[in-house]
Amino acid sequence: MRVGVVTFPGTLDDVDAQRAARVAGHEVVALWHGDHDLQGVDAVILPGGFSYGDYLRAGAISRFAPIMTEVIAGAQAGLPVLGICNGFQILVEAHLLPGGLLRNDHRKFICRDQTLRIENTSTAWTGAFAQGQEIVVPLKNGEGQYVADAETVARLEGDGRVVARYVDVNPNGSVNDIAGISNERGNVVGLMPHPEHAVEALTGAGTDGLGFFTSLAGVLA
Amino acid sequence: MPKPEILDPQGKAVLGALPRLGFTGVTDVRQGKRFEIEVPEVTEAVLAEIAKMADSLLANTVIENYTVRVEQDA
Repeated sequence: MRVGVVTFPGTLDDVDAQRAARVAGHEVVALWHGDHDLQGVDAVILPGGFSYGDYLRAGAISRFAPIMTEVIAGAQAGLPVLGICNGFQILVEAHLLPGGLLRNDHRKFICRDQTLRIENTSTAWTGAFAQGQEIVVPLKNGEGQYVADAETVARLEGDGRVVARYVDVNPNGSVNDIAGISNERGNVVGLMPHPEHAVEALTGAGTDGLGFFTSLAGVLA
Repeated sequence: MPKPEILDPQGKAVLGALPRLGFTGVTDVRQGKRFEIEVPEVTEAVLAEIAKMADSLLANTVIENYTVRVEQDA
């Protein structure tokens, strides 16, 4: 598959996301925030970082970048979109996913190898995992506290849209230990931890993150 | 401003710092943002436009409330 990775000004993890997609066997297309062109890709990754310096709110300005017009239209039409960390923040600002992401409850930036439990394997990005599988990937964020009103949380839980949950520790105060969620259709997933940093044994916490990228193969198959 | 039910970590940090400076008796602090938007004249249409700005960009109404206040240039 052809996987597009969007680079915004201030994006940090685009090269790692490109590498992860390549390791998973995909052809990678570098996409630029200022273009109105997805170049016909089959899936889009919004990577981590500090786009626009997190000015205003994390993701708030990137959400209006030119390419987001096409990303939002594509996502609404079923294009697989994965937002990691800052990418997750952009997806909630774009209202492609509900809720919001606030500063960590303990107010410190956190960087650790984090255990997650995969709770929904029917999304475009989690089909390669087993239901309930526990994986370890790096987590690094300052504004990773997922919040939503009680009604939204109940809907997410009831519809099985919590994709991944923190295990052992809740590193940022996220409601119900939520680490990642999906839209109703399951093509759009937002994830605070970083699977793209755990795709090769040499440099990662392991290779547990690879499943997010290999899952795509099952989508178009 | 962050909505009342939303935890405000920055406000909590300020609240924690105040007693260290001898400012006691403060029960809570919440931190928000203020935008000063200049327009040539204030009309209903301009105010409606500013409300649209607030809804789409300046505030995230999922987690924040906003108010618009008109002030004349001194």
